[in-house]
Amino acid sequence: MKLNNLGYLLKEGLRGIFLHGFMSFAAVCVTVACLVIVGSFSILAYNLDLMVQELNQTSEILVYIDSDLSDAEAKSIGTKINLLDNVLQSTFVSREEALQNFIDDHDGDSAFSGVRAEDLRHRYVVVLEDNTKMKQTDEQLKQLPGVASTNAAYELAEGFSTIQNVLHMVSLALIAVLLVVSLLIISNTVKLAMYDRKDEIAIMKMVGATNGFIRLPFVVEGFSLGMMGAILAFGLEWVAYDTMVQRIALVDSLQLFSFVSFQEVLIPMVAVFGAAGMFVGIVGSWTSIRKFMNV
Amino acid sequence: MIQFIDVVKSYEQGNNALNGVTMQIEDGEFCFLVGPSGSGKSTIIKLITGELKPTSGAVHVNGYSLERIRKREIPYLRRTVGVVFQDFRLIDKMTVYENVAFAMRVVGAREKEIKERVPYVLELVGLEGKMSRHPHEMSGGEQQRLAIARALVNNPSTIIADEPTGNLDPERSFEIMALLQEINNLGTTVLVVTHAQNLVELFNKRVIAIDEGLVVSDGTEEENEDEAE
Repeated sequence: MKLNNLGYLLKEGLRGIFLHGFMSFAAVCVTVACLVIVGSFSILAYNLDLMVQELNQTSEILVYIDSDLSDAEAKSIGTKINLLDNVLQSTFVSREEALQNFIDDHDGDSAFSGVRAEDLRHRYVVVLEDNTKMKQTDEQLKQLPGVASTNAAYELAEGFSTIQNVLHMVSLALIAVLLVVSLLIISNTVKLAMYDRKDEIAIMKMVGATNGFIRLPFVVEGFSLGMMGAILAFGLEWVAYDTMVQRIALVDSLQLFSFVSFQEVLIPMVAVFGAAGMFVGIVGSWTSIRKFMNV
Repeated sequence: MIQFIDVVKSYEQGNNALNGVTMQIEDGEFCFLVGPSGSGKSTIIKLITGELKPTSGAVHVNGYSLERIRKREIPYLRRTVGVVFQDFRLIDKMTVYENVAFAMRVVGAREKEIKERVPYVLELVGLEGKMSRHPHEMSGGEQQRLAIARALVNNPSTIIADEPTGNLDPERSFEIMALLQEINNLGTTVLVVTHAQNLVELFNKRVIAIDEGLVVSDGTEEENEDEAE
């Protein structure tokens, strides 16, 4: 293909969008709707990932040491704890420190003034590498000599992991379905454009136009529709997400959820929307053209 | 040059359109292809333009061997063969100039070349004063002239006219045939598929007659009559 034809081919592609105004409008609207849903699920999944990661870092196992052990013996157990596979770090908390934390946690409430350090045990705060293996690590910790008991909230960690997995699967399924829907709509729009110009295509083939020359305007049309949808969806997503984050920040009961700002995910979102728009546009038009090429 | 060597063409339904056609049309010749409906004329045109491939035998058109041509070579074969149809196949929303320019543009011609060549070809077919008209504003004869101009504009070495006078009155038919004769005089090979016996007799050119997928006679009207006697 010669470079001097490129302008003509691009112009023809863009002309097609206006020639089939209503179908183009419908294709852009459906693409916007699909990409907004795809984008929403992607950003929700990303936020949930961050929350689960944060939870992984903050959730710990408390390992209580047998009261019969001396201070030195209690401290030496830390080495054995650190040798376990899934242990990221362990911090020794003496019974005196534990009492102080207890008093601090209860704002010096006089109801607990009778509690003495001897009533409590030395303990380790154990942070894990992988929270999904919390149950196994908890079992291993219980087996260590000198460990009286443990306190691990693995149901909560497992629950979060399950939600994360389910959301990932739902997101992937939805993204796939919605991309296919966008693809079909753009494909149909381009098919309509091709049907409308089937006589022109037949003449082009008859006088010796190459398939690439015939194809390019329709690919430009599909690509432009996909990109228009992607740009509009991106803007809409940005506004909607920012509004949602601002609203959530105002509700006290939702403070547990922390969402990243849209600016933090700007580049990946541009990449996701751009790639999705380009994909549905080009693949959608390419597949519809093939049927018309055997003239 | 167009050369058919023992060409058989069978369709999927099992019927044979051509049963061993052998013929040769030299560069610069003017030739009629005649025969009743269903005799195989359309199949011959489709084989020449690369729409079909022969089931067996060999077809050579302007240096391309159709029995082993690659798909991506077909556009380049078609640039050597201009085709004119009975129903003109013009684009109504385009003007006369645009219809012809379109044929050049889609094969990658530069705008400068298009601006030079289109008026020249339109003058050749007698439409120089009607460049801004649309096909529906023109008579059948003028539309066929426009179709011929479009077929000619990329300077093919061969023009195939498939029933070019089928929709025209006798006077316009003669004009179109005279125009094709003029184009042939300029060195272009012309193959006219027709039912119009009067035109065939009037122009006294080589006539290839096809029936039931076979060449039944080949020569000028006079030669064929002599042979029959």
